[in-house]
Amino acid sequence: MPKVSMTVNGKAVSANVDARTLLVQFLREDLRLTGTHVGCDTSQCGCCVVHVDGKAIKSCTVLALTLEGANVTTIEGLAQDGKLHPMQEAFRENHALQCGFCTPGMIMTSVDIVNRKGNTLDEQTIRHELEGNLCRCTGYHNIVKAVAAGAEAMAK
Amino acid sequence: MSATGIGAAVRRKEDLRFITGRGQYTDDINRPGQAYAYFLRSPHAHAEIKSIDTRDARAADGVLAILTGDDIAADKVGGLICGWMIHSKDGSAMKAGAHPALAQGKVRYVGDHVAVVIAETLAQARDASEKIKVDYKVLPAVVDMNDAVKKGAPVIHEVSGNNTVYNWHLGDKAAADAAFAKAKHVTKLDIVNNRLVPNAMEPRAAVGDYEPGTESFTLYTTSQNPHVARLVLSAFIGIAPEHKLRVIAPDVGGGFGSKIFIYAEETVCVWAAKKVGRPVKWTADRSESFLSDAHGRDHVTHAELALDEGGKITGLRVNTKANLGAYLSTFSSSVPTYLYAPLLSGQYDIPAIYAEVDGIYTNTTPVDAYRGAGRPEATFVVERLVEVAARETGVDPAQFRLKNFVRSFPHQTPVIMAYDTGNYQAALEKALKMADYRGLARRKALSARAGKLRGIGFSAYIEACGIAPSAAVGSLGAGVGLWESAEVRVNPIGTVEVLTGSHSHGQGHETTFAQLVSDRLGIPIDNVSIVHGDTDKVQMGMGTYGSRSGAVGMSAIFKALDKVIAKGKKVAAYCLEASENDIDFKDGKFSVKGTDRNLDFGSVALQAYIAHKFNGQDLEPGLKEGAFWDPTNFTFPAGVHICEVEVDPETGITRIDRWTAVDDFGRVINPMIVEGQVHGGIGQGVGQALLEGVHYNKDGQLVTASFNDYCMPRADDLPSYNVGMTQTPCPSNPLGIKGCGEAGAIAAPPAVINAITDALGHEDVPMPATPLNVWRAAQKAVAKKAAE
Repeated sequence: MPKVSMTVNGKAVSANVDARTLLVQFLREDLRLTGTHVGCDTSQCGCCVVHVDGKAIKSCTVLALTLEGANVTTIEGLAQDGKLHPMQEAFRENHALQCGFCTPGMIMTSVDIVNRKGNTLDEQTIRHELEGNLCRCTGYHNIVKAVAAGAEAMAK
Repeated sequence: MSATGIGAAVRRKEDLRFITGRGQYTDDINRPGQAYAYFLRSPHAHAEIKSIDTRDARAADGVLAILTGDDIAADKVGGLICGWMIHSKDGSAMKAGAHPALAQGKVRYVGDHVAVVIAETLAQARDASEKIKVDYKVLPAVVDMNDAVKKGAPVIHEVSGNNTVYNWHLGDKAAADAAFAKAKHVTKLDIVNNRLVPNAMEPRAAVGDYEPGTESFTLYTTSQNPHVARLVLSAFIGIAPEHKLRVIAPDVGGGFGSKIFIYAEETVCVWAAKKVGRPVKWTADRSESFLSDAHGRDHVTHAELALDEGGKITGLRVNTKANLGAYLSTFSSSVPTYLYAPLLSGQYDIPAIYAEVDGIYTNTTPVDAYRGAGRPEATFVVERLVEVAARETGVDPAQFRLKNFVRSFPHQTPVIMAYDTGNYQAALEKALKMADYRGLARRKALSARAGKLRGIGFSAYIEACGIAPSAAVGSLGAGVGLWESAEVRVNPIGTVEVLTGSHSHGQGHETTFAQLVSDRLGIPIDNVSIVHGDTDKVQMGMGTYGSRSGAVGMSAIFKALDKVIAKGKKVAAYCLEASENDIDFKDGKFSVKGTDRNLDFGSVALQAYIAHKFNGQDLEPGLKEGAFWDPTNFTFPAGVHICEVEVDPETGITRIDRWTAVDDFGRVINPMIVEGQVHGGIGQGVGQALLEGVHYNKDGQLVTASFNDYCMPRADDLPSYNVGMTQTPCPSNPLGIKGCGEAGAIAAPPAVINAITDALGHEDVPMPATPLNVWRAAQKAVAKKAAE
């Protein structure tokens, strides 16, 4: 089996993997980082979103082997020095999660939205930008509020 | 009100683990030596299995076992059950076919379980499954209910020759017919309630484990009711007696009904774990979820409403065909019967109601409870009928409803239910204000100027929650009682663990239940833990569905807390050298009436365990109390939702411009969580109305079997919601709670369709009201107008 090396949440990791191993399988099965979830098999739901070299990607749609040397951040790596990321805080404060299954992907996507679109986001922009993430619990109302609040908090 | 007590918008205790990726869902659990299961599923909707050749597959890399229906039969593992007996009009018992966990001789829907491959890795199991050779004799399949009951239709189960499981009815036919004979106006509607896939974001999963040294099984599973799963797997399927079977439902990523049921996959995983001597894990991929999770809704209905000359409703007749799929799922028989027809009175005073329901087998995935379960279907019938009746008689739809609302309580409907309390006109009046109903004409004119059609739709829903008084549901055919249990364990330093038979899969019980405890015991909420989802920790429970966890689950906790406080008073009486009758308990302090002598809750807990101040023969040491709560009635949440849409007649695109919800849930423990439940329910209801719908082709292939093909609501499909409340406390439980989990999904679909049909000049439009369906209706409306 071929070997792959990358940095995940600031830590160098390497493993021999079956060539067909997806990044999400590598994270969940090899590294036991089970915060990244799999909610579908067609890249529609966004439960598996992580950051690769600072950009949001769906980890169910990329082979681990293609990420040699990449820098990957998962939901487990978002809080720094025991302090929650402002977007994590905003999701809790705004009751933007219920069952929690879509939440890691939602938060990773939301941070990426702010990185791309800035800290002042209107409702329409947020709703449009969340198109790649499904939530079945919240009806999105509180997620939209959380993203706006998190975006503002990230400016501080 | 304290900052963490009843009524406070406390931030959720469970959230920290979810926002940091530390939740523990079933697929996150890995047992040492674990193997993986992959199910070979039927590619045909209806076929005889002539033979299964597994030789090549067995020789494939990593394969540990391949098991089929013959193996499960040889081990005398029982079939899956339906736990609610329905009797037909003629008194005969429903005609239910056998439901083996692995097919025996025949498959009956695409996705039916033919064999399971267990291998070292999932990829190996999947690869090996492709080497299994199944010789099928393909049989004609039937998907449409009308076709299924025709003479000469394919027979799905021998026991129900015409594919009819029951012909059930409820109400007084003669009284209803008499009302129609005298009616001044009759409104008639043909209604299709579209089939849906629940699609909780976490796919179903199971890990079965067997410990030979103690001959005991453990099953980790995505369940809303682990104790019911254990009961069924023990008593009916026969995996192991209950004391040798532990069922754990850890964090569960949404359920919406679909995780109530006991499915083939978890049955096979726990059975196979012993057979192969390894823990066995299965996780559905999304396509498997579409094929094998129980679907929801799927009714075809003809309904008629009779009015007198004053516009008062005098009668209702409903004839419904309910698609039950290819097998009866765990509670499927009850959904289109006792969870449906008893709600057909809606919020209205209707003197005569008669409903007939035929439950029908088709070669499709089994259909069972999905958020609301029967009540959304009933509400859709009632609220569409009422809206159309108002329009036909030229009465404002709000005034029509006000005229016909039930005004005095208790109110006995002609279809079982006795509504205990409510104030329906208050909710409607509040909703009209919040929605600026007066400004509608102006907004309509503005839309028209932009070439758009604006419409408004009302939905005055009622539901029966707090499911349910055990003896009552027993008399209606339920195989179980529907009480709930709780145990309150006070630790020596005054922290508290509450063990509950309710199960949280997004509802926030770890917070709301702790608020109740904090409020009643006067202790910090951080000193309270809620324990659920493990049959080895919680003795027994009935789980979470039917918006029952507040009304029933919390009532059990309330009752157990009463006992804790009563025992605490006894302990305090010894410590404070007073009579037990002189001890008050308030704000976390036991005090002697009329004095300043007191002990806080933690000190009394410590004294209860130290047991130095009293004689152990007079008073048992310790502070731990349990209770079972059996409700005395259903609860009746009700409310009014108003949807306002703008339709583009050129494209058929519907945009929801504003949504107003006014709900009466009785007493509210945490308004933040309750509003969240309303938002989510509306989201699913709007999904049903505008986007979602299962489609089978005529051969029984599921065409909508992925998120590419089945349109789930996304953030930009939905509006923000304006949520308000009225409150009439429920009299049948100590907290006055009615329940809020399903309201949005029940209320929303008719509100949307009433709004679109209002915009389209009353032209009917089917669900889902996709742009194509709306455009077609708009074209029809234009053609009709031109012809006039």
